[in-house]
Amino acid sequence: MRTYWWKILGILLLLYSIIMGLLGHVPALPIVHETIRNVYFHVPMWFTMFTLYLISVVYSVKYLSSGRPADDFVAVESVNVGIVFCIFGLLSGMLWANFTWGDPWPNDPKLNGSAIATLMYLAYLVLRNALEEEQKRARISAIYNIFAFPIMIVLMYILPKTTDSLHPGSGGNSGFGQFDLDGSMKAVLYPASLGWILIGTWLMSLRFRIRKLEYQNDSATPETLA
Amino acid sequence: MKKTILSFLLVISGLMCSFAQSNTGVEMATGLRSSGKIYVVVAVLVVLFLGLTIYLFTIDKRLTRLEKQQKK
Repeated sequence: MRTYWWKILGILLLLYSIIMGLLGHVPALPIVHETIRNVYFHVPMWFTMFTLYLISVVYSVKYLSSGRPADDFVAVESVNVGIVFCIFGLLSGMLWANFTWGDPWPNDPKLNGSAIATLMYLAYLVLRNALEEEQKRARISAIYNIFAFPIMIVLMYILPKTTDSLHPGSGGNSGFGQFDLDGSMKAVLYPASLGWILIGTWLMSLRFRIRKLEYQNDSATPETLA
Repeated sequence: MKKTILSFLLVISGLMCSFAQSNTGVEMATGLRSSGKIYVVVAVLVVLFLGLTIYLFTIDKRLTRLEKQQKK
């Protein structure tokens, strides 16, 4: 019997974030006004993407040492779902930026970095489809994935911090924690992030199980025909 | 008979709507939070989200059933 508790926990955390995210107290700031509540929904997308890519790297390393196809399946499905959350993050950020920064795509280092990182992970999927042989495909893409992960961290989390960025906490900008004096925003942001991470992992596990079933069906047919 | 009653009710409700609009004026974002209308949005979001998660659970269950069949 599969355990459902963490799925229910994820749903409850997201319900809390929807209710408290819209009704809770937020600091009054110029320009952003009520849109500061987007923090509860835009930022968790990126946390979820990061967690899924991390799971992918861990399973790529595992595949290289074990050679089990199942490890490779977890790695590729994590990237698949991670890219979906990345696109959600980009779209929600563009929408938000359009009304607060005045442009859906200001040439912000964090935006450009995340765009390059997304292309890098799309290249991972293209690379996989380009290779015919199963073991070769799994091994080469696992190595590519291990190299892509630290570059993604540098592009999205390290380089933007060193230069001037519109994002909070970069360059001379202050992080939002400075305005959140009573911690009421953290009390929503952290549960929301955990909730989205759990839901993202759930989606990944569903896709993984489907892929495993497909693999078992494909490998079973030649034997039944013979 | 039913149709005439229905159309009559429709006309009345339409008239009432138009009168209500002209009387109270435009309700803007200033009153959005204080009037409590934001709760409606929260309720809608909760309903949509719960519906989606129930749908996810049914997919999960069907997949478990398939996996059990595969094992046999």
